[in-house]
Amino acid sequence: MSWSIEPTLPEGWELVVGLEVHVELSTATKLFCGCANRFGSEPNTNICPVCLGLPGSLPVINGTAVKYAMQLGRALLCDVKPAVMARKNYFYPDMPKDYQTTQYEQPTNSDGEVVLPDGFTVGIERAHIEEDTGKSTHIGGGGRINEAIYSLVDYNRAGVPLIEIVSRPCLDTIDHAKAYVSGLRDILLAIGVSDARMEEGSMRVDANVSVRPVGSDELRTRCELKNINSIRSMARAIEYEARRQIDLYTSGERPRQETRHWDEAAGRSTPGRSKENLDDYRFFQEPDLVPLVPTAEEIAAIDAAMPALPAARRAALVEASSADADVVATLVERGQDALALAAIGRGADADKVVTRLRHDLAVDDFSKVSAESFAALIVMETSGDLTATQAKQVLAELVDSGGDPRSIAAERGFEAMHDDELADLVDRLIADNPDEWQRFVGGHEGDRKKMQGFFIGQIMRATKGQADGRAVADLLAQRGRSPANGSPGT
Amino acid sequence: MSDRITRDEVVHVARLARLELGPDEIDAFTEQLARVLEHAADIESLDVDDVPPTSHPLPLVNVFRTDEVRASIDRREVLAQAPWAESDMFRVPPVLGEEP
Ligand SMILES: [Zn+2]
Repeated sequence: MSWSIEPTLPEGWELVVGLEVHVELSTATKLFCGCANRFGSEPNTNICPVCLGLPGSLPVINGTAVKYAMQLGRALLCDVKPAVMARKNYFYPDMPKDYQTTQYEQPTNSDGEVVLPDGFTVGIERAHIEEDTGKSTHIGGGGRINEAIYSLVDYNRAGVPLIEIVSRPCLDTIDHAKAYVSGLRDILLAIGVSDARMEEGSMRVDANVSVRPVGSDELRTRCELKNINSIRSMARAIEYEARRQIDLYTSGERPRQETRHWDEAAGRSTPGRSKENLDDYRFFQEPDLVPLVPTAEEIAAIDAAMPALPAARRAALVEASSADADVVATLVERGQDALALAAIGRGADADKVVTRLRHDLAVDDFSKVSAESFAALIVMETSGDLTATQAKQVLAELVDSGGDPRSIAAERGFEAMHDDELADLVDRLIADNPDEWQRFVGGHEGDRKKMQGFFIGQIMRATKGQADGRAVADLLAQRGRSPANGSPGT
Repeated sequence: MSDRITRDEVVHVARLARLELGPDEIDAFTEQLARVLEHAADIESLDVDDVPPTSHPLPLVNVFRTDEVRASIDRREVLAQAPWAESDMFRVPPVLGEEP
């Protein structure tokens, strides 16, 4: 996993971050009507009386969306409970009904968790069902919301099913926030309920950020950051906000609770307009929709059909290989854990399996490498039938065209180069090149390195690349240490 | 006047609902809303400890729609009824205040 280096905050301060992640479900239709749930349609082509909120229209909830919500809930280890839809009342042009249908006091999913690759557990407060809003384009004022001359609204997105996943304010570092969002994305892709594309807006992150003195457990005034378009942009926005708040505290001021817009190009956030009274949404239960009551059988069926999730897959690979957490996370992310487990199960050396996958199978398409052939290859390498160099070449061919590693090795004339053969060769070469050998034995570090390269090169040429470079280096070092190093070998 | 609701609360609720009320209307609605709340208070005085809370008058749960696409309506027809349209979208005044 390519963790960036955690930016350090001024000494004595720590971050408190909670994330609200909105995810569009990949259903065929919207949440309350049969309009297509499709990204990229011509403006206002997927609209009807229900999603336009025309008087007299009645919503009926999409059964698939509810099922997806429960699947996600179970994947997030939530309690899945009877739920009631509610109206959140506010006036905004992208919400034609003048209220958003959502869940308030009784959400479908609550009290879950996501375990990150390093073992940190992120608490999930709730993951509730709601509908998306339309999309506004601000015209004039450089597209900035506060300076626009007017806005154009497309209602294709209004009524698209969303899950809002609310974490507890428990994220203590930017790296944990990043790992959490990518972990959520992996879970969503694994269960197939969303395509989770931040760049297309099917996964959107708002970050609630506050800071506090290290060691304190208070929750101070937070700011909500919006308009975050990627994981990278989230990391920058959180860091900027934390520094801004620390600056305020250290100069004797206090942050105001407000929503701030992240401007990715400028690398800073700007305050939104005052939200005076806007938090008064006058929620009430939606009279047009009946309660959602999952049965024990439904939940059991969802659990039974749940694919292996990233956290469980990482745990299985750690168990089988004892590899480091970050290496295991990389292999699971690449989808190579099944290959690793199968090869280890067939008796291949776990360390070697992990090393070859990590370094020599960093490719997009490894579908031609079967577990059987991969296991056979590692066994050949471990038993000394192939050198590391040869094993890598055979693996490259397996990636390109598949096949049996034994026949590939035979075709290439890779024969076992046994240890004593190699030792003989090394000794002969030392005897033939006494000057170089003296520089290797007696020279300073640079000379020694250079001469090691010379000897390995000679051996490689003599063996047409079949020797194992590391084994040669070991032999050279060993010969150099022996008391009679002035007159090597016998 | 009842103490169930104040004039200020009526002004606040009217503002949230984007209703512009004159002074006489505020007085009238304060009076009327107070009577509604008085009625709710009557119900609150009943002992309902044994009655399970319900969110809905109908004895129904889990009414679902099948996830099948149905035809949408013609946008020309809809946009023709909008006060203002442009580029096949609804044109609205600049939005004051943040999206919630
Ligand atoms: Zn519709």
